[in-house]
Amino acid sequence: MSNMGGVSAPPADAVLSDTSSLKTRLRRAERMRKVTAFGLVAPLLLFIVITFVVPIGSMLWRSVDDSELSTVMPHTLATLKKWDGHALPGDESFRALAADLTVAHDAGTANVAARRLNYDINGLRSLIMTTARKVPALDSADPRAAFIGLDPRWGDIATWGAIKRARGPLTDFYLLAAVDLQRDATGAITRTPADHAIYQDVLIRTFRISLTVTLLSLVLGFPVAYLLSTQPAKIANILLILVLLPFWTSLLVRTAAWVVLLQNEGIVNHLLIWLGIIDHPLRLIYNSFGVHVAMVHVLLPFMILPLYATMKAISPVYMRAAASLGAPPATAFLRVYLPQCLPGIAAGCLVVFILSIGYYITPALVGGAADQMLSYFIAFFVTDSVNWGMASALGAVLLTATLVLYAVYSQLVASGSVRMKK
Amino acid sequence: MKKQLVSLAAMAGAALCVAASPAMAHDLAVVSWGGALQDAQKAVYFTPFQAQSGLKMTDEPWDGGVGVLRAKIQGGNANWDVVEVESEELALGCEEGLFEKLDYSKIGGKDAYLPAAVSECGVGNIVYDFIIAYDGDKLKDGPKNWSDFFDTKTFPGKRALRQGPKTNLEIALIADGVKPQDVYKVLRTEEGVERAFKKLDSIKPDLIFWKAGAQPPQLLASGEVAMTSAYNGRITAANDKDKKNFKIVWDGALYTIDSWVILKGSPNQDAAYKFLDFAGKAENQKSLPNYVAYGVTNAAATSLVDPKLMPVLPTAPANMANVEAIDDSFWLENLDRLTERFNKWAAK
Repeated sequence: MSNMGGVSAPPADAVLSDTSSLKTRLRRAERMRKVTAFGLVAPLLLFIVITFVVPIGSMLWRSVDDSELSTVMPHTLATLKKWDGHALPGDESFRALAADLTVAHDAGTANVAARRLNYDINGLRSLIMTTARKVPALDSADPRAAFIGLDPRWGDIATWGAIKRARGPLTDFYLLAAVDLQRDATGAITRTPADHAIYQDVLIRTFRISLTVTLLSLVLGFPVAYLLSTQPAKIANILLILVLLPFWTSLLVRTAAWVVLLQNEGIVNHLLIWLGIIDHPLRLIYNSFGVHVAMVHVLLPFMILPLYATMKAISPVYMRAAASLGAPPATAFLRVYLPQCLPGIAAGCLVVFILSIGYYITPALVGGAADQMLSYFIAFFVTDSVNWGMASALGAVLLTATLVLYAVYSQLVASGSVRMKK
Repeated sequence: MKKQLVSLAAMAGAALCVAASPAMAHDLAVVSWGGALQDAQKAVYFTPFQAQSGLKMTDEPWDGGVGVLRAKIQGGNANWDVVEVESEELALGCEEGLFEKLDYSKIGGKDAYLPAAVSECGVGNIVYDFIIAYDGDKLKDGPKNWSDFFDTKTFPGKRALRQGPKTNLEIALIADGVKPQDVYKVLRTEEGVERAFKKLDSIKPDLIFWKAGAQPPQLLASGEVAMTSAYNGRITAANDKDKKNFKIVWDGALYTIDSWVILKGSPNQDAAYKFLDFAGKAENQKSLPNYVAYGVTNAAATSLVDPKLMPVLPTAPANMANVEAIDDSFWLENLDRLTERFNKWAAK
């Protein structure tokens, strides 16, 4: 614009007003376009907010929310504010507990507190429930002795520690438990006793199975995708249907089919015995072998399709050029073909891995008791024990671990070791 | 379909009634588990009750969950009166005050029922067992008790148990020589839990775990396992429908009872009591086993059941000789920790 000033004939102010109105119009048009574009994505955005952001937010909230005890035992908690957890609390705590439990018993809310405390220490459920039933008859002159006479666990500092820990409104109890940690009566973080510290192992198992399944899918899917991309369209389409057909079949049906194939009296074992390869049926299912086979089968199309799309776009000219320049086939493949496949490999691995870590139904049906992944425990806490805090905390751990892995992955992509096509 | 239409019409009718009068008058609404059970109850209880009492009632199925009942009552929309609940829902709902405390004098007195069927908030309705099942065609001389179940030398082959600690720890202790009636006493101690896991450990390589009640008959039919724990009804159904020759071992079985409850604040309490009284009478209960393989709870009903059905009836005296009720208060308290421990054990 600046060099136009000297050349152009019209007066300067006309040019100025002209450009400014042009600018305004441009800006207005730009804004209109943005509004239209937003209008177009708004339904999707709303959908994502409702089905994705809100549930995940509420899950994360539930993993730290701790409001049960503060509604049922407000007076007891108030008296425990200054309690340090080294000796039994004073009489006023016992008196407040008696008052709270009397109210809770009449209102039918004692079970809420009982359930919450039982998450922390096994047995507190029945302790609270029976105490709440008997509390009106207690001697109020010496409440401490009366409570301990009712059940010696009231004389245990750990019981009071659990009550204080559950004071809310927020807690790290579930999140700590989800990584095998806990707090003692004084509030220090300690390890969960070994006989039920399982979640670190389960998390590692989940990632190990997912990684193995991803690698197996890659090894098996790569040649298939290569074959598909090199065949003439007619044959490729038929082969593609063979890949897609199981993809369209219900997950449950495919998993059940593996049960039929792999069981002791199944087709695979019968075939192997008939061929004389084995004498006794091999255990192929209800163990980690079955889990890997079924999961690889179910997830293979998610690997093949992105690979196929990438390979289809690679011109055969490059390989011919490499060969004509004297590269042996292996070198040509490694240095010319494979680098061009990397975007497909990266996309396929990411999809398969992320789908794997959330797997629930396939390991549940074809795995043994030692092959269950993290989502199995999330489902257990939701449906069997109705412990939403624990279910949410495990979900939060899985989400965090996945996000960290994804961050590492995108770091790799950004640093160029896995270059994505833009 | 017809059932759905009827219940739909009933619901619409109930909705109209609610809209018309704030008193929430509706016909007595009885809720059960649907499927074969509810069809049987319709034939044995619902239809004859209406004919005999002249009262109108509707019936609906549900899928369980104490949360559903809580929502109905707290939402002030209790359009159900009588509900069949599992023992765990009975315990939880009674604690929370979701159910009316039952006046047994209106339903024949406590002595009319099996002792285990009587509780503060509910009256037992059906009894079913967790038993050993095996294929009589493959095993001529099968296991007699849980000890045999753990004896892989005499009875080679894989065994299937339910996934998770519930029922399995009891079974392991019974197999280890604990009397069924002492099982929960032992299990409440640390040594008891240790002992149960040690027993399970002894056949760990031969164990398979099932998740759904439909799996045990399939595992037996395919020959995958030599024996399995199972719900008795599933095994009897497989014998009846698929012409299998599965055998049931009742010794040391763990049983549970589904109960009728009256929802708190039900406006049809009189009718509800009349229904419970009808459904609790021996002469009415005796025909239920003709339709489904569940036991009946009236102390006198079992002797009236068709003798042909005795071998598959959970409440037949021979089958009740050495059994124990699944203790819900124990599992409500210990399920989380023992599930963690079970998985620790399984991963070892």
